[in-house]
Amino acid sequence: MVTEHIEEQLPGAVQDKHDFRGDHTIVVGAENLLAVADLLFKEGFQFLVDVTAVDWPEREGARFDVVYHWLNLTSQERLRVKVPVAEGASVPSLVSRFKTADWYEREVYDMFGVIFDGHPNLQRLLTWPDFPGHALRKDFPLDGGDAFCMDGCTAPYNRG
Amino acid sequence: MDSIAITRQMLDGDRMIVNMGPSHPVTHGTLRIVLELEGELIMKATPEMGYLHRGVEKLGENLSYNQFIPLTDRLDYCSSILNNVGYAVAVEKLLGIQDPPRSRVIRVMVSELARIADHIVCLGINAVDIGAFTAFLYLFKQRETIYDLFEMAAGQRMHTSFTRVGGLMRDLPPEFLPLFDRFMEECPAAIDELETLLTRNPIWHDRTKGVGAMSIEDAVNWGYTGPCLRASGLAQDLRVAQPYLDYETYDFDIPVGTTGDVFDRYLVRVEEMRQSLRILAQAKRKLAEVGPGPVIVEDYKIALPPKEKVYTRMESLIHHFKLIMHGIEMPVGEVYSSTEAANGELGFYIVSDGGKNPYRIRVRPPCLPIFSSFDEKVRGRLIADAVAELGAMNVIAGELDR
Repeated sequence: MVTEHIEEQLPGAVQDKHDFRGDHTIVVGAENLLAVADLLFKEGFQFLVDVTAVDWPEREGARFDVVYHWLNLTSQERLRVKVPVAEGASVPSLVSRFKTADWYEREVYDMFGVIFDGHPNLQRLLTWPDFPGHALRKDFPLDGGDAFCMDGCTAPYNRG
Repeated sequence: MDSIAITRQMLDGDRMIVNMGPSHPVTHGTLRIVLELEGELIMKATPEMGYLHRGVEKLGENLSYNQFIPLTDRLDYCSSILNNVGYAVAVEKLLGIQDPPRSRVIRVMVSELARIADHIVCLGINAVDIGAFTAFLYLFKQRETIYDLFEMAAGQRMHTSFTRVGGLMRDLPPEFLPLFDRFMEECPAAIDELETLLTRNPIWHDRTKGVGAMSIEDAVNWGYTGPCLRASGLAQDLRVAQPYLDYETYDFDIPVGTTGDVFDRYLVRVEEMRQSLRILAQAKRKLAEVGPGPVIVEDYKIALPPKEKVYTRMESLIHHFKLIMHGIEMPVGEVYSSTEAANGELGFYIVSDGGKNPYRIRVRPPCLPIFSSFDEKVRGRLIADAVAELGAMNVIAGELDR
């Protein structure tokens, strides 16, 4: 199993792991993400299927989980890697290794405000450049709030 | 303010800026591509998207699991049933249940019909963009029949909302199978007609061969899935690689191309339509083998009890009320489930905190990573190639922008 390989070769990198309904998940720190991604690439996990994030505003420490899904095209194994990241902190970008990460990371930045270090063009993808706030954060209102800043972008969700 | 519009000061040299979209006929939806041209050559293409962004993922966090199904219709709206099925499979994975055998066969049937309909749209429109109008008309007759079948099954032609968590909204009506048989007779001839028009057509070859070619390594690196990846030569099909809905019991082949150009993608899609017809013929036999039976799980904590029971039995009434008001009792956890949609891997990543609504629902759209490689593929080529390339990518703005 690839999880054991990662634990052997990068001791201490895997902070937590769990299996649920056949999905394997490991949690790694942002500082180890590049090393883990390199190792996964060598182990055959060359297909980065998806990059997304989950917002946990009540959680102590790291507010966001950046979630990566990898697929091994030879063995058809899947692995989910979660990287906890605090508000305002950044995650290393994977664009140099996986070109597909480009737009996914832009989307995560757009929707959650997570910064990706080393991304060549970290701009909003789905909303417009001066959109106030980040739409998929839990404190962003469902009705879109003051998206056009008619009230001068004073609502709390406009910051960040 | 850093505006979307690119000003002349931002440009080097004397390049001409041409907007393709948001209402250009080739974009089939609302996409915008800013092309920087030198003569007819594309020096840079900057896709701008989000014109159809509705915040599906945000809405999903505020809707119960069954209420999200109509939103999945509007992802890839050319083959909405495939999205319905993909979503239902994902929630069932989270619940750890399986739908009844009859429901599984019907799901396969409607999925393959939807795949044919989607490929018809993609191929037909791609041909229209390039200038071959007739293929579009020949095939759209078959697409109409498919939509008639969907209307019989689900009551809606495009936005079907056919599945429910644990099964289907209803069984196929008796008039479905006769029309289905007629479709099975007529469709192969229509595909043959399409091939007579295009496959050996020298103009079609000139416009499509070598356009947008891509190696397997690059395609995997860009996150390609579905027909675009298979056209590059990798036989990756989730129906075979990670079977769901008992696809392993069906006999069909995965067509692959060699270069990944527009022509190969055309050939792969045509062959996939034939393979879908093979699956459909087997599914019809299977439907007869399975026989009549329930099409949704008979667990009233997951699926609504039948109406006549709700009106006559206290317990069913309570189940109905509990399910509507409090939703399905979900386990706490997270799953990623993926199915082979017409464009490629359609993934749903659902995080549940045990509540009525999903805590986070993520749709992995197959055409977003494919479209992200657009600039690399058209750089240094003609505008006409960009038109062919965009059609063969089959970018559906509904699932691209969500």
